[in-house]
Amino acid sequence: MFPELNNLLNTTPDRTEQGKLTLLCDAKTDGSFLVHHFLSFYLKANCKVCFVALVQSFSHYNIVGRKLGVSLTAARECGQLVFLEGLKSSVDVFFRAQAEPHPLQFLREADAGSLQPVYEFVREALKPVEDGQAAWRYPVLLVDDLSVLLSLGLGAVAVLDFMHYCRVAVCWEQKGNIVALVHDSGDAEDEENDILLNGLSHQSHLILRAEGLATGFCRDVHGQLRILWRTPSQPAAQRDRSLTYQYKIQDKSVSFFAKGMSPAVL
Amino acid sequence: MAAAATCGTGAGSTGSIGAAACKNNVTSFQRKGPRASGTDSGCSRLVSIAGTRPSVRNGQLLVSTGLPALDQLLGGGLAVGTVLLIEEDKYNTYSSLLFKYFLAEGIINGHTLLVASAKENPADTLQELPAPLLDDNCKKDFDEDVCNHKTPDSNIKMKIAWRYQLLPKMESGPVSSSRFGHYYDASKRMPQELIEASKWHGFFFPEKLSSTLTIEPCSLTGGYRKLLQFIQNVIYEEGFDGSNPQKKQKNILRIGIQNLGSPLWGDDICCTENCDNSHSLTKFLYVLRGLLRTSLSACIITMPTHLIQNKAVIARVTNLSDTVVGLESFIGSERETNPLYKDYHGLIHIRQIPRLNNLIYDVSDVKDLAFKLKRKLFTIERLHLPPDLSDTVSHSSKQDLAGSSKLLGPGCGMMAGGKQHLDF
Repeated sequence: MFPELNNLLNTTPDRTEQGKLTLLCDAKTDGSFLVHHFLSFYLKANCKVCFVALVQSFSHYNIVGRKLGVSLTAARECGQLVFLEGLKSSVDVFFRAQAEPHPLQFLREADAGSLQPVYEFVREALKPVEDGQAAWRYPVLLVDDLSVLLSLGLGAVAVLDFMHYCRVAVCWEQKGNIVALVHDSGDAEDEENDILLNGLSHQSHLILRAEGLATGFCRDVHGQLRILWRTPSQPAAQRDRSLTYQYKIQDKSVSFFAKGMSPAVL
Repeated sequence: MAAAATCGTGAGSTGSIGAAACKNNVTSFQRKGPRASGTDSGCSRLVSIAGTRPSVRNGQLLVSTGLPALDQLLGGGLAVGTVLLIEEDKYNTYSSLLFKYFLAEGIINGHTLLVASAKENPADTLQELPAPLLDDNCKKDFDEDVCNHKTPDSNIKMKIAWRYQLLPKMESGPVSSSRFGHYYDASKRMPQELIEASKWHGFFFPEKLSSTLTIEPCSLTGGYRKLLQFIQNVIYEEGFDGSNPQKKQKNILRIGIQNLGSPLWGDDICCTENCDNSHSLTKFLYVLRGLLRTSLSACIITMPTHLIQNKAVIARVTNLSDTVVGLESFIGSERETNPLYKDYHGLIHIRQIPRLNNLIYDVSDVKDLAFKLKRKLFTIERLHLPPDLSDTVSHSSKQDLAGSSKLLGPGCGMMAGGKQHLDF
């Protein structure tokens, strides 16, 4: 996790809000550093994490996680982390017929599939342990990323339904958190993606939007992060709080600064 | 990913990512099997694959794309297990050349090739590969080796370092260059002996139309399904995914897919804007990436993105690929006669570079890159605008030049950016 981002969000691993949906969004840049941040944050906060990783392999997250101070292999072995590796499982599902239902079953289906097997997988992974002894604080679902599900033949409504079911199961029933990454296609006119993004933006409590700089590439400022706090249940009488920072990604951390105050400029 | 930076030294080095990753033995490229208990001896085998080198940044195993200039722009080379997507130029002249460079590099390094095409028979493609540029000394040795490889002793007896004469002679292939990237002569063909000595698999779609499938119908078109099955068979049978523990010598599989997405593959994504199987191509790329991540292979795909009508699909394809390079040639466009670009044949855009096992990546500062195909070499260089030296250039042509230079990125900064040309 990045300590500077924790300061900006006003959270620490010991003191977090529960029952929240955080939406990560990136436009014209790569927002995966936010996924690494939240993964290591919740593992350090002693939560049970279910990570649906659809775009990169386990070793990728593991190596970056080690730089940020968590070991994914240790977490997986002791049961704190349940990892669904999309790329590896997709090969298994696609080429060999599976005996029991697999979360990525929709890859084999001819018409638009449903995400119900994935929801069952998440529910199974995050269900509370019955022996009474609570080893972990609360469950967290992390999805990287939802836009790739649209590329695999699912409709935006199916993905929104999936997120709704997960929110009921994780956020409302068990007071856990959900973090999901969606790409913003910008001017590429991806209607399905826009539906997904708008739909999730209205449901989320915290939106972190990583954008590329409007002026183009810069070596010292990699992008701009917009943080938006929302209260979806209440009417828009009170204004949502929003902050904007620029950031530079380094080898093991990310440094944030106010707009125009990059150390390279001052 | 294969973290092979310091594994060759064994368990001695600590405090580096490479050794630590080997100790945990969780990289996708470690063999699943009885050795999963995590010994360091497994790592040393990854280092000795010919034609690869570890990245300086994170120990990622890299292969050369066949163009040393492009390797440098991509941060050292193409990572094993990733996809390089080349957005074709309009007439597919230069993208097919990059495709051939990739395959030629595979032959020189002794990698196994898998060439898939719906337009041209892979056997014909392999005949047209460019010849490697050797040093003169190497070339002489090559000729000599071919003529009298039966000679056991060297003619020259060593007088001073005579102990070295007793060492066993190294088995040197026809091109025994151990350099990472090689240069190729686009005007000559690769020698037939090299092509025949190499191992390659070809997938020519028109020949496979009647073959049967084991994958049940899903939303992929028939061509993509057959290609995926073919690739998976090759990877599985030749043990690139570690499933065949008897294999002694690890090797890299270089996959080349030409004109993916064109109507010749049975996909109508280039023909209409709202096609029936709009997810066919993206699903193919996803499963292909899954295959690559779990095996020792690297893939190059050329795609005619200029034909794809739906911009959303191009954005999705870019997100599903790891490295994306776009070529824009000047042939047929009005830039061909533009004096700004007279030294170059086209522009090259590095659209995406992956961040693998890392938060950061190597990105070059130069965003305006142009390429030219000289008689022998394909070079990529920074786009330099020629100085505006002439006094008698008319006002209107100066405005044209200024207008076209506006299309370049902010990195050039030599000509006026706006339409108005200011005379000082």
